[in-house]
Amino acid sequence: MTTPESSPGPATDRAAAAIDVQDLHKYFGDNEVLKGIDFHVANGEVVCVIGPSGSGKSTLLRCINLLETPTSGRIFVEGIDIQDPDIDLDLVRSRIGMVFQQFNLFPHLTVLKNLTLAQRTVHGRGKEEAVAVARHNLAKVGLSEKESAYPAHLSGGQQQRVAIARALSMDPDMMLFDEPTSALDPELVGDVLAVMKDLASEGMTMMVVTHEMGFAREVGDNLVFMDDGVVVEEGVPGEVLANPQHERTQAFLSKVL
Amino acid sequence: MALSKRKRAAYIRYAQYTLIIIAAAVVVFTADWATLEDKFFNRDIIAAQFPEIITTALKNTVIYTACGFVFGLTLGLVLALMRLSTVGPWRWLSTGFIELFRGLPALVVFLGLGTGFPRAFPDYEIPGEQLGTVTLALGLVGGAYMAETIRAGIQAVPKGQYEAARTLGMSHARAMISVVIPQAFRIVLPPLTNELILLTKDSSLIYVLGLALSEYELTKWGREGMNSEANLTPLILVGFCYLIITVPLSIVVRRMEAKSERAR
Repeated sequence: MTTPESSPGPATDRAAAAIDVQDLHKYFGDNEVLKGIDFHVANGEVVCVIGPSGSGKSTLLRCINLLETPTSGRIFVEGIDIQDPDIDLDLVRSRIGMVFQQFNLFPHLTVLKNLTLAQRTVHGRGKEEAVAVARHNLAKVGLSEKESAYPAHLSGGQQQRVAIARALSMDPDMMLFDEPTSALDPELVGDVLAVMKDLASEGMTMMVVTHEMGFAREVGDNLVFMDDGVVVEEGVPGEVLANPQHERTQAFLSKVL
Repeated sequence: MALSKRKRAAYIRYAQYTLIIIAAAVVVFTADWATLEDKFFNRDIIAAQFPEIITTALKNTVIYTACGFVFGLTLGLVLALMRLSTVGPWRWLSTGFIELFRGLPALVVFLGLGTGFPRAFPDYEIPGEQLGTVTLALGLVGGAYMAETIRAGIQAVPKGQYEAARTLGMSHARAMISVVIPQAFRIVLPPLTNELILLTKDSSLIYVLGLALSEYELTKWGREGMNSEANLTPLILVGFCYLIITVPLSIVVRRMEAKSERAR
């Protein structure tokens, strides 16, 4: 699975990289959405991706678990080439937690069932074990008392925390967040960010596409600014936000800060 | 005369009420009630119909419809999944089947299976006798309609649901079975119930197969009764029996639709 001959950096880097994207191109029809992206997330690192809408940041994130099929380029997750037809993609996906902007909880199932369904069908866990894991993660996001509620009876912030707990119940090695707070009322954003901050402090590897600059500054180890399908600038969040080098970054930040 | 718009609307409404009352009065006072009762609601004939009209005819209608519906639903689900398949031949097969059986009158299907098939293939027979044939015929017709309904329901489930299931590591089949199809059925429950009502009525077409007395369903029962009594009462009773089945179903559909409207 490893490809030492094409390794751009030291071999240890490759072994340590949770996510390693090389020269990724993605077309939707004639429209080139990603124009050669190189992107890395080390184990235990929190990388925030910012940029104007239509810049390709969500598409990049969705390529990492192959919800979108790249047009060209390579993607390694923990050293595994996920486009290799011989790998078990379902197994790889079960190790990458994903949180959507629209939560995507299963509306026909209770909160507890939302958390146990994939544990039981994918990991083959018994009912008791699955429920125990689910309860542990519900407690973690502060929603233990909601286990028998249906998603429609929860606020957006609660739904998103349940969605995070659902992803965590698969014991993922890393988490992808696709604008997790963008669909929330402003007063509900804080609870979700607090859960994500806790996760980061526990050492979870995270890729977060977000518009929350405060979160990026405070929690992010690395900040990537994307525009028009390319990575324009990246670096330590505090420095990029305070002192952007590139003119496009300056223009974007002057609008959102 | 300068009537305001509202007043004029009120007068027009009163005029309509008056007209309806007059018409009703004319009907009530001019009708020959004795003859009507004798021909439409003859008490002796009504008494003679029970209990067999319920224990044989109504029961058989329910059984035929239920068997046809269950088979049709299964077939419809399979056809819907075939139509959504990435494998071309499945899609073509399913589309062809649906177009064929939606396009044919149900009577033609009954005739083909009940009369044509045994003559063309004397060595084979459809298992289950009349029940087997009616299940097959109703299922083929109902399945073709339900396939399109179910397909629409599956496509109406937001794509994010499927994606969420896949990102948790579920296979395509598991995501469909546990996440997408249960939600699709919720969406299509009202139209499927309507289909059940249609099948209830189509089950009457079984008369073309030729039935033993114990196999009579409602329409056949009513026809025979009407012929032997030279009176409309048996058919009227049969009509009520159909309504006993279909009206509650319509009410259930309306309730479900109102509920899903509220949930939106």
